[in-house]
Amino acid sequence: MIRVDGTGKSNSLIQVRGLDKTYRRGGEEIQVLQRLNLDVDKGDFVAFMGPSGSGKTTLLNLLGGLDVPTHGSITVAGDEITHMSGNKLTQWRARHVGFIFQMYNLIPVLTAFQNVELPLLLTRLSKSDRRKHVETALGVVGLADRLNHYPRQLSGGQEQRVAIARAIVADPTFLLCDEPTGDLDRKSADEIMELIHRLVTEHGKTVLMVTHDPVVATRADTTLHLEKGVLVEGKTSRESVMAGGAA
Amino acid sequence: MKFSRLVLANLFRKKVRLILTIGSFAIALVLFTFLAVVKSAFSRGTEIAGADRLVVVSRIGLMQLMPISYRDKILAIPGVKAVTHNHWFGGVYQDEKNFFPQFVIDPEYQRQVMTELVVPEDQWNNFLKDRQGAIAGARTAARFHWKIGDRIPIKTTLYGAGSWEFNLDGIYHSERPGGDESQFWLQWKYFDENAPGPIKSTAGWYVVKLDSPDDAVRVAKAIDEKFANSSFETKSETESAFAAYFVKQFGNIELLILTIGSVVFFTLLLVTGNTMAISVRERTSELAVLKAIGFTGRAVLFFVLAEAVIIALVGGLIGLTLAYLAIPVIGLALTGLLPPLILSKSVLTLGLGFALLVGAASGLLPGIGAMRMRVVNALRRV
Repeated sequence: MIRVDGTGKSNSLIQVRGLDKTYRRGGEEIQVLQRLNLDVDKGDFVAFMGPSGSGKTTLLNLLGGLDVPTHGSITVAGDEITHMSGNKLTQWRARHVGFIFQMYNLIPVLTAFQNVELPLLLTRLSKSDRRKHVETALGVVGLADRLNHYPRQLSGGQEQRVAIARAIVADPTFLLCDEPTGDLDRKSADEIMELIHRLVTEHGKTVLMVTHDPVVATRADTTLHLEKGVLVEGKTSRESVMAGGAA
Repeated sequence: MKFSRLVLANLFRKKVRLILTIGSFAIALVLFTFLAVVKSAFSRGTEIAGADRLVVVSRIGLMQLMPISYRDKILAIPGVKAVTHNHWFGGVYQDEKNFFPQFVIDPEYQRQVMTELVVPEDQWNNFLKDRQGAIAGARTAARFHWKIGDRIPIKTTLYGAGSWEFNLDGIYHSERPGGDESQFWLQWKYFDENAPGPIKSTAGWYVVKLDSPDDAVRVAKAIDEKFANSSFETKSETESAFAAYFVKQFGNIELLILTIGSVVFFTLLLVTGNTMAISVRERTSELAVLKAIGFTGRAVLFFVLAEAVIIALVGGLIGLTLAYLAIPVIGLALTGLLPPLILSKSVLTLGLGFALLVGAASGLLPGIGAMRMRVVNALRRV
């Protein structure tokens, strides 16, 4: 159950309380997020929407431990990450977060297999175990036959699938998707969203996604709107669909 | 080891740039090695000089001659074991470019003083019996393809006109690694008989063998005091001091080589540093992704440094191999102009160390930049 009023259960997977983020630009302070609260349970799929500059990506960066808030706290699976040191936060990210970026951000000189293997290089898994994990992850995204292809030999949709395999290969606590379909055509976008949806429904993954695309957002269980740094609860995708049907 | 694939894949990202950077390392290493070898060639005289030998020259200068009678007077000084005397012959063999040092020697004490320059006994005996006899260093003999029994004409430039002819009776070798095997020895008696009047009964310099190296200062002082206020005052010093003084006649070789070496070092550092900086800047977003997915800043620094050091290592090894192959050829071409060029293990080790140092230094700044890079800022640039 996703809540934005700070009244969620104490055992929520992700618990955000009183989150502020202020940037200083040329002597001027810009408040991007204001006293933001959020509770996300395991297996939730939430989409964040909002106009450019509303703080969607900033929120995602904070949740992923890539940035630190000005005030407030973020607790993930019982770990409060807001006061972790840089190195500890890096280790935490390796264990708990799978990132999916708009531009895929694969390493062009590595094959699909090698790209997906990257997060596993940080673990103590043996070479053969790493191979099994990578093959499983690429199998989940439907690219088991593209192990040795380089990113330049893949289509945009396939590249994003490799990126998703990289995000899930170490079995992180949750996935953060920043405009995962922003660089794809509609057909590929639908396929990617279908894949992410399956990760939630079949594999029990928790997904937090930023998108500009309302169609994409409907694939999430809940859509939250960020307006002037404040989260506003939207309709669940089911409600959206029902509302659409009633109309 | 599990990161090696990532490091190697990044290395081969831009193959032309990789080849050019490795090439710049290789060329710099060839130059560095050549300079080090030249420096070592010039300083070798000092290094291998006998600790128990003194060189006595005229106080006025090297070109000023001294009476031959000084030999017995020096020999009488306590602490002196043997004395030999030399003259600079300064002749030309066939062509002026065929330079090699020719010394008029005193056969009586030559082998007792210059113990490291060894002539086989039978060859030496033939030399003693032959007034026109000559002994050549192995290097010079090999250079001109001389063999024992050859008649060798040397055109004089200092002692009258025409050629002096010598019979090659022997070939000497140096027992010390890097020792001088380029000299050509003539008999003093034959020289003295044929030399112009003012040169007769003179010596260019004396080389004194001591009972003990500890006596060097005392004996040098005693020799100079013995001939003080005479028409031919002397200046005595250890052989190493004399060798150092002799090298200085060429100018400050060490400073020159150090200056050129420093220019090579900093140029290479700037070139490779710039290359590494460009390489890191080009993949800012990739490095940011690595950090995002859990690679620490130190790991990223390691990747950048590893690339720089591998380039340096490969370039360095290629450069040292080229130098290893080229220096004997260059040395042969420069015979007579420079002392023998010998590429020692210490120079090779120093060269490799130099390459690795430049490699690590060139990767350090870009690596630290990548290590400190904020993931959020780097991803925003994509």
